[in-house]
Amino acid sequence: MSSQIKWKFVLILIVILICLFGVIGFPKSLAQLQQNLSDNLHLGLDLKGGSHLVLQVQVDEAIGQRTDQAVDDLRKQIHEKNVTVGEISREDSTHILVRNVEPATSGTFHDIVGTQFTDWAMAPAAGEVNGYRLTMKPAVIADAQHNTMNQALETITRRINALGLSEPTVVFTGRGDDEILVELPGEGDPTRAKAVIQAGGQLQLQRVADDQPYPSRESAMAAHAGFLPAGTEIVPGEPDTAAGPNAPLVYYILDRVPIVTGADLRSASVSPSTKFPGQYQVDFRLSNAAAARFGPFTEANLNHRMAIVLDHKVHSAPTINGRIDDSGLIEGSFTEETANDLALILRAGALPASIRYIEERTIGPSLGLDSIREGVRASVGSLIVVMIFLLIYYRLSGVNAVVALIFNLVILIAFMSYSGAVLTLPGIAGVVLTIGMGVDSNVLVFERIREELRNGKANASAVDAGFDKAFLTIIDTHITTLVSAAFLFLFGTGPVKGFAVTLTIGLLANLFTSIYVSRAIFDYHLAHMDRQGELSI
Amino acid sequence: MELFKSVNIDWMGKAKYFIACSLILLTVGWVSVLWNHGLRYGIDFRGGTLVVVRFSTAPPIDQIRKGLQDAGLRNSTITPISDISDPNSKNDVQISLETNVQGDAAIDADRQAVIDALHKTFGSASTMPDFNNATPSALALYLTQKDPLTLGSTAGDRYNQLAQKLTTARDKAGIITNFDQLKSADGATPAVITSLSSGYTLGDFAIRSVDSVGPKVGAQLRNQAIYATLYALLGMLVYIAFRFEWVYGAAAVIAVFHDVLITLGFFSLRHYEISLTVIAALLTLVGYSMNDTIVIFDRVRENLRLMRREPFTEIVNKSINQTLSRTILTSGLTLLTVLVLYLLGGEVLRAFSFAMVAGVVVGTYSSFGIAAPIVVVWNKYYGQGAAMRGGSAAGAVAAARR
Repeated sequence: MSSQIKWKFVLILIVILICLFGVIGFPKSLAQLQQNLSDNLHLGLDLKGGSHLVLQVQVDEAIGQRTDQAVDDLRKQIHEKNVTVGEISREDSTHILVRNVEPATSGTFHDIVGTQFTDWAMAPAAGEVNGYRLTMKPAVIADAQHNTMNQALETITRRINALGLSEPTVVFTGRGDDEILVELPGEGDPTRAKAVIQAGGQLQLQRVADDQPYPSRESAMAAHAGFLPAGTEIVPGEPDTAAGPNAPLVYYILDRVPIVTGADLRSASVSPSTKFPGQYQVDFRLSNAAAARFGPFTEANLNHRMAIVLDHKVHSAPTINGRIDDSGLIEGSFTEETANDLALILRAGALPASIRYIEERTIGPSLGLDSIREGVRASVGSLIVVMIFLLIYYRLSGVNAVVALIFNLVILIAFMSYSGAVLTLPGIAGVVLTIGMGVDSNVLVFERIREELRNGKANASAVDAGFDKAFLTIIDTHITTLVSAAFLFLFGTGPVKGFAVTLTIGLLANLFTSIYVSRAIFDYHLAHMDRQGELSI
Repeated sequence: MELFKSVNIDWMGKAKYFIACSLILLTVGWVSVLWNHGLRYGIDFRGGTLVVVRFSTAPPIDQIRKGLQDAGLRNSTITPISDISDPNSKNDVQISLETNVQGDAAIDADRQAVIDALHKTFGSASTMPDFNNATPSALALYLTQKDPLTLGSTAGDRYNQLAQKLTTARDKAGIITNFDQLKSADGATPAVITSLSSGYTLGDFAIRSVDSVGPKVGAQLRNQAIYATLYALLGMLVYIAFRFEWVYGAAAVIAVFHDVLITLGFFSLRHYEISLTVIAALLTLVGYSMNDTIVIFDRVRENLRLMRREPFTEIVNKSINQTLSRTILTSGLTLLTVLVLYLLGGEVLRAFSFAMVAGVVVGTYSSFGIAAPIVVVWNKYYGQGAAMRGGSAAGAVAAARR
């Protein structure tokens, strides 16, 4: 064997060994081989079963909250600096309208906005006398969007991880810039996961301003002669589900600024309720900084009520019976699971904005199993028939093609395993096309060699010319398809992308096996056969 | 063994028959698309909810329909689908629901409504949970509480693993009617089975899959798939134009377009739904047809240099004939692969593999029936097929190689 051929084989051997290792590892038994194979082959949800949720973060909400905050701040500032204005109102999530600024105080007003509201651009409002419109700057909006999405992703990831499901995925997804994809492999019923993801999880402890509930907003206002005390707001209570769907709501007047928020929690845990047997409660502990505020507050407000507000609804408003420093509890009709979920949500932090599900797929594991079984059986069966045919039609040279095809598949699977790419049903379409083009590459070469032999060329030069001429065709077909795969990867979503990935890897493997590997086998054969003998093709 | 040694067929002489044939196929398909059945989009593109349910016995379609209607879900279609592993059984039913007009917010409600209606119609009176619809995590919790293996605090992950194995055993069958069917599962001792049968009932149906897609998302998915495909076609056109001449690129892309249109026409005739997986199959078709066309064009390019005096039509004919044995071999083998997938691949893959089968046949045909005649006609009227004889960049590369 010439040294050149020897090195070719060494290279091929190394590639194949690395790939084989990637596919099956070092199995010591048949069972382990199967285990390794299924570990290394990352199946998509459509083949393995599981839940696929696409949710949309209502980013506008988070931006609107910023605007609300700004309106509040502006009111406060204007009040402090004695600026007289007609009305300050939020127009939409990124605009604030200020009406009738008293011309005498207009200078101070400009000052306030210019120095303290740098996130906003101010312009005279059309159709208003002494009116101004504040517009949130585009860079600030983009920043807020970005932050909201990152925070939502982080929060959802923490919550999902806390659920203890196997190998969940939480990632941003393609269409638009407000969508998040959650994949839960093997989870046939996503109801609980969905509830946990969707829960707002915003906890606030707020002082109840006047220690009593009201049956309606109007009565709350009336109790204070139509004007709420400064710095307070009306917050509805949580509907009492035990009392039926039409149970009346209660309303509380609360201090706007919370004493403690979810961010102050150090931990949250679940224990059986001491008061109500069979129910559960959520205990929480506060961080040191919050405890330093909470202790004096509870002492100062002994025998007054404090509201536990969850997602802007008063969950309960217990009376403070003694000084509390760093712990508290939330009671209610919780089962162990709902209490656990609430504790988990509190620990994971609040979502910056609410979310909506826009796509939801659950593939029962059984359906996935069927797809794999049938798909694999059909593909392997037909592949074997193709290989047998190649062996009959091209005799000994058919071995080249068969070896090339098997190597191709091994390399393809290994690449997918190493890169963590996921095999989906559309991916199988990519594999089918790869195999088709792999067969084609071999057929192209063999037919060309036969042609050259018919034209009277000697074995070696016929093989040489055959590979040479087919080379251009193979390159052209492969690059054309690679170009299209690149576009599909760039512009496609989910399944289309999966198709492009397997196709790309498959075609690259194809180029290696059908040109390099097959050629090496021919060279070896030619070097060892009788010069005058007949090439078995 | 050789099948086609030397053939001499005047392909371009028959071009008008090919084109007539294509026109007939296109007309038949697209009359159906435009005036008859239309194109059926799957819920991926249309938005809606699709639920696949397996029943333990042949499902009473009328009862399902009534149950759904009682729940106010009138715009639903119910189709029995044959079981994949056992074509004779008809226990699977596919329920598809058009989206209500409320938009994306409704998808959650629709899905729950279908499941609730099924539970109401077919659920047992028992208050115990249904094993056939139990999740592994719920099952693990139950087992840990009951502790049938009396592991106590040493149980650790054991019950989680057992729950996985039990659900896997259940899912292999799709639905079970007797707890003894679980005996094959590793670790399912009689104690475990007794414990299960005391805490679970066996419902008459199991939900196998649920897909819900909001209508807006559906439209987005559709547009994105279309744009990705168009960009891919454009990319190929540019590459082929660069390697050959632009008319070759245009011809190849027109041929591929023709293939996709004919396949879509067939889809309409056969009432298959177009889903995202079908798009993948159509992309496979595009790749395959393109491959086939390039092989022929490549030979034409080579022959243009070798046979400078022959008329262009002759050269194209000869190129097709020279590559004929390769074409038939490759197409035959690929067709075999996808045909097996179509016949044995089961219901889930049916529309997908149909697109592949149609694609291979039409894709092979269009290379000599559509793409080659376009180049020939172009040359006849606008002359310069000879441009490549002079040696384009690609030709020069090829020449330099020998």
